[in-house]
Amino acid sequence: MRHILSILLENEPGALSRIVGLFSQRAFNIESLTVAPTDDITLSRITIATRGDDKVLEQIVKQVNKLVDVMKITDLTERKHVERELLLVKVVAINDKSRTEVKRISDIFRGSIVDIGKQIYTIELTGSSDKLNAFLDTLKNETEIIESVRSGCVGIARGEKALRV
Amino acid sequence: MTTEVFSGAEMVVKALSALKVKYIFGYPGGSVLDLYDAIFQQDEIEHILVRHEQAATHMADGYTRATGKVGVVLATSGPGATNCVTGIATAYMDSIPMVVLAGQVPTTLIGNDAFQETDIVGCTRPIIKHSFNCRDLADIPNVIAKAFYIASTGRPGPVVVEIPKDLMLPQNKVPFNIETNVKMRSYNPNIKGHPKQIKKAVKTISEAKKLVIYSGGGIVLADASGLLTTLVETLKAPITNTLMGLGGISGTHENFVGMLGMHGSFEANKTMANADVILALGARFDDRVTNNVEKFCPDATIIHVDIDPTSISKTINAHVPVVGLVDVVMQQLLDELQASNFTPDEEALQKWWQQIHLWRDMRHVGYKQVEGEKIKPQRVVEALYKITNGEAYVASDVGQHQMFAAQYYPFAKPRQWINSGGAGTMGFGLPAAMGAKLAFPNKHVICITGDGSIQMNIQELSTCMQYNLPIVIVALNNRSLGMVRQWQDMVYGGRHSSSYMESLPDFTKIAEAYGHIGIKIDSLDELDSKLEQALSIQNKLVFVDVLVDEKEHVYPMHIRQGAIDDMWVEKGVKA
Repeated sequence: MRHILSILLENEPGALSRIVGLFSQRAFNIESLTVAPTDDITLSRITIATRGDDKVLEQIVKQVNKLVDVMKITDLTERKHVERELLLVKVVAINDKSRTEVKRISDIFRGSIVDIGKQIYTIELTGSSDKLNAFLDTLKNETEIIESVRSGCVGIARGEKALRV
Repeated sequence: MTTEVFSGAEMVVKALSALKVKYIFGYPGGSVLDLYDAIFQQDEIEHILVRHEQAATHMADGYTRATGKVGVVLATSGPGATNCVTGIATAYMDSIPMVVLAGQVPTTLIGNDAFQETDIVGCTRPIIKHSFNCRDLADIPNVIAKAFYIASTGRPGPVVVEIPKDLMLPQNKVPFNIETNVKMRSYNPNIKGHPKQIKKAVKTISEAKKLVIYSGGGIVLADASGLLTTLVETLKAPITNTLMGLGGISGTHENFVGMLGMHGSFEANKTMANADVILALGARFDDRVTNNVEKFCPDATIIHVDIDPTSISKTINAHVPVVGLVDVVMQQLLDELQASNFTPDEEALQKWWQQIHLWRDMRHVGYKQVEGEKIKPQRVVEALYKITNGEAYVASDVGQHQMFAAQYYPFAKPRQWINSGGAGTMGFGLPAAMGAKLAFPNKHVICITGDGSIQMNIQELSTCMQYNLPIVIVALNNRSLGMVRQWQDMVYGGRHSSSYMESLPDFTKIAEAYGHIGIKIDSLDELDSKLEQALSIQNKLVFVDVLVDEKEHVYPMHIRQGAIDDMWVEKGVKA
């Protein structure tokens, strides 16, 4: 099963490498990883999308928690949460037909075209990872994807619950 | 008034001194010369110069295992630091508190592939509890204080501190400030067990008909053998120790059924396999204990007490997990037992012990020494036990001799038994024994080793000379890598691929060349008298080279992929 883990940790040099190292050392899976300082710049927040059964997840959570730099870890997928990922994708938009079609699909998915070249459109889209997958699949049917980049997902719990020190 | 200022190097020494460090084990080199200069100019801390940095880590480790105090290692950047890697891994696997100070090239050169530059923090990341890169001169004392705090609290472990050369230059000075009462917002290890879990544990214990206590290295690390003995006597239950936990309860205590696991006693493994409740205290269900986890004690309810949550339900699912310091939790258990008016179920206990005595009487740990034939290695360990009244510190290397030492030298007290259990590091024994001897110069310290292991750090005989460390080295010399050979006999059709030692040196002459005494024993008649002679020499290191039977195997031994009580009990005989 897919899980989204949110980790709050000291914004120290090397802290990220400890997390990444731990996952590789213990053969845990990383589907995506994002990291940035929080509103409190002494803290970083890492979001990791991973897969594993309950036993593996229990070990991942415990092992991450054991790292000295880590303040808190929570499995967002355990309860209601909001999940977002950013996609930038550059596609071939060479004639009227493809331009119209790309624009139409972007609108349906509520993406926006952020750059236009002689033969390309660059589209920005945010949403759940599933939505981004669906968008890319649809685009592929209409035109050629030249390049794409995804941020990896970030997430936050719904309601009052907060991950903070 | 002017505030007194100090260089980074001086501050390292002052910080160590503030943390009550007596010894540093190390080896100088380019990036730490300023630090060595600062060490030269003071006399609070003694530096022990080893002959190889790996030995510095093992010596610090042995010192720590014998005393409980944090060991300190100092190495230069690059190869000096990388030579420490095996010793750091050894300490990590056995949860030994250690602080390794490693030099680094000047900050401006980091990342440039400078001379003797290695990213030691990167190299050691998977084998440390934590590490620090010092980047701020004024911060050095507090980084060192934090390193000690992290190394010695919670589940202990090694901490690496990398200090670049430019931070230690004599011309850059700042005031010295240290906060030894360390607090960290991201690191707060549990201390007490959760009261609900304690109640659950006591209820489970009270309902048990066939309880066994299984304790490990955590008891030794927590200096909790007194409490453990009280708990055992309150519950009147059988107790088994892991290899790391030996001495946690006296090896001659009547409730002690021996070591468990791969080379554990027949009765210990049988007791585990047939128990209805297992109380695990400071042990981690290592694969050398469990054998095949799928077949591990299927009928037992498991109470697992450990300071490290990751150890709980990692390999074996715990029904009653308790996270806390093992000594604190044992006190909580004793209090709760008393509060709930616990009385042992005498009838169930009698039946249980009757069964255990039957297993015990089968006496499956054994060997046959025939007069006139080659000396059996087990016989040597038994002789050492008798001569030292079981009171010596015994450091071992890794292999058959290690298992024979664990089986035939029942340790009365914790910290007497010093061995590399988790990592299985050959070359550990000699420097570890040196660390113990440094701490206890008036006690017998024996290094039980083999002809393979001893050669992995034999250069330290020179350090022993320099610092007058009169340990007794007993090499069970079988001209083979015994444990490898045993597996080749049992699993690989007797094909001894690279497990023999040709061109062995005359160890007694090596010892003599370093200025020590060498004694060779090759017949049973002279074994006891020559060992007595070796142990009676007070002020000189003695290297006793005992030629033993190379065909001897360690038994019992787990049958691979079997249950915990599936064992070979002698050559070709299954239990």
